[in-house]
Amino acid sequence: MTGTADAEEANMGDSVVTLRQVTAELGARRVLHGIDLTVRRGEVVALLGANGSGKSTTVRTVIGQVPVTGGEIELFGTPRRAFGDWARVGYVPQRTTAAGGVPATVTEVVSAGRLSRTRFGLFRKADREAVHHALELVGLADRAKDSVNALSGGQHQRVLIARALAARPELLIMDEPMAGVDLASQEVLAGTLREQVAGGATVLLVLHELGPLKPLIDRAVVLRDGRVVHDGPPEGAAASGHDHVHPHAPHQASDSIRTGLPL
Amino acid sequence: MDFLTYPFMQRALLAAVLVGITAPAIGLYLVQRRQALMGDGIGHVAMTGVGLGFLLSTSPVWMATAVSVLGAILMELIRWYGRTRGDIALAMLFYGGMAGGVMFINLAPGGSNANLTSYLFGSLSTVSSSDVVAICLLAAFVVLVTLGLRRQMFAVSQDEEFARVTGLPVRALNLLTAVTAAVTVTVAMRVVGLLLVSALMVVPVAAAQQLARSFAATFAIAVAIGVTVTLGGTVTSYYQDVPPGATIVLLTIAAFIVLTALATPLARRRARAASAQRPAADPAERAIPAGRTSADEVGV
Repeated sequence: MTGTADAEEANMGDSVVTLRQVTAELGARRVLHGIDLTVRRGEVVALLGANGSGKSTTVRTVIGQVPVTGGEIELFGTPRRAFGDWARVGYVPQRTTAAGGVPATVTEVVSAGRLSRTRFGLFRKADREAVHHALELVGLADRAKDSVNALSGGQHQRVLIARALAARPELLIMDEPMAGVDLASQEVLAGTLREQVAGGATVLLVLHELGPLKPLIDRAVVLRDGRVVHDGPPEGAAASGHDHVHPHAPHQASDSIRTGLPL
Repeated sequence: MDFLTYPFMQRALLAAVLVGITAPAIGLYLVQRRQALMGDGIGHVAMTGVGLGFLLSTSPVWMATAVSVLGAILMELIRWYGRTRGDIALAMLFYGGMAGGVMFINLAPGGSNANLTSYLFGSLSTVSSSDVVAICLLAAFVVLVTLGLRRQMFAVSQDEEFARVTGLPVRALNLLTAVTAAVTVTVAMRVVGLLLVSALMVVPVAAAQQLARSFAATFAIAVAIGVTVTLGGTVTSYYQDVPPGATIVLLTIAAFIVLTALATPLARRRARAASAQRPAADPAERAIPAGRTSADEVGV
């Protein structure tokens, strides 16, 4: 599964996410300059790159939050504009908090992730069980009735991931799930992700560095200035002719790519 | 309780109860979206509707509804498209709406700013039977949306970007929120007035937050506070001959202060109980303050 992004091979595989020559603009600035990306069933693909390289924008075009100005996007073989089976997709946006402007319990926030499986937002017993199960997966079942305001940063991230898992999706899209997460929660999240992958889930995740998730990742796609500069095994991400810097060094050059791999 | 025998008081109390329910109900979602001042903006725009109603000799309530719904849709579209200059566009919309109201009412035959005052600050005793019918219909719409679609409204107001991936019609729900807020403004217009309506949308929710931990409880407590203060303010104004709108808003703020004072020891006790229950709750973990939530602020 960790082959190169050969276009022909991509067409032959069971493709879950496909981007072909996707361009996008934020304001008047072109952020993506023709992204080609394929994620096949069961694959775990990491999008890497420095701040401003376009990795978040790429996943946000996939979910439709950022409009594309050119190219094609397909989800499960369907053009994204025609795609309506959103219960198959779980999304973890880039956030430091799961809280809104009004108090809400952990269960209330995670329940929002189950809406795609309900009719007109009516919850049945199976839906409540699925929400509880998602909380068990991230180890927060005992906090179900607590306000999210009472949680730590790492627990916020676990709530966001439980919300994405509540619909039991086949594809997980995560935007920097490890950002601002303490070590204990990082281990819980890596364990949760491992279970999902073992259960057959397909994963596309944006990362600043591979870090504790590295053993799970089949393929790394490195972006730079809105273009793909590497697509292959994660080990190769560092050797693709781009700066490699130690992940813990302070004040990185803004265009350096942090892969978290040993020097 | 002799006030219950007067028809004008019956109408006033009915209107007050409906405002007490609807204003906090939609205000809850506005606060959740961190758009607490949206009601204030719509109130400004609605003035043009009131002025037009006088000018065209039609019902100011229905005209204000039409204009504020259009204004709310425009505000939502500005939020959607004009991200960088959005606040300037909104400022022009608000003050344009206010100036338009003053202009139209002065152009109206026999109209003066005195007519406008009853809409700016509320005038419960002049609520007519046809006003009550309009207020009932509009309030029913607000309750239907805020209660019937609460899970969808919660999801969109909590995290718009995520809601998109659950397949919810995010833009339609955003427009529905804006329209519902606009309708609520015109429901509340006769009771507390256009300039004070936003207080009744926001302050009961802020007061309820002091006590509640869940969204459902915040909803229930905010509506309970809303009904209490609108009824209390209306009755007070009957006995004391004070303006009802101002009385209601001051009562709401008083409720906020009292509940905050009561809730502070409660929150402390809860925190102590929580830390006793989980003694070493991951000392490495640190709470991150709620701040970066807007989808617009996410880095590329």
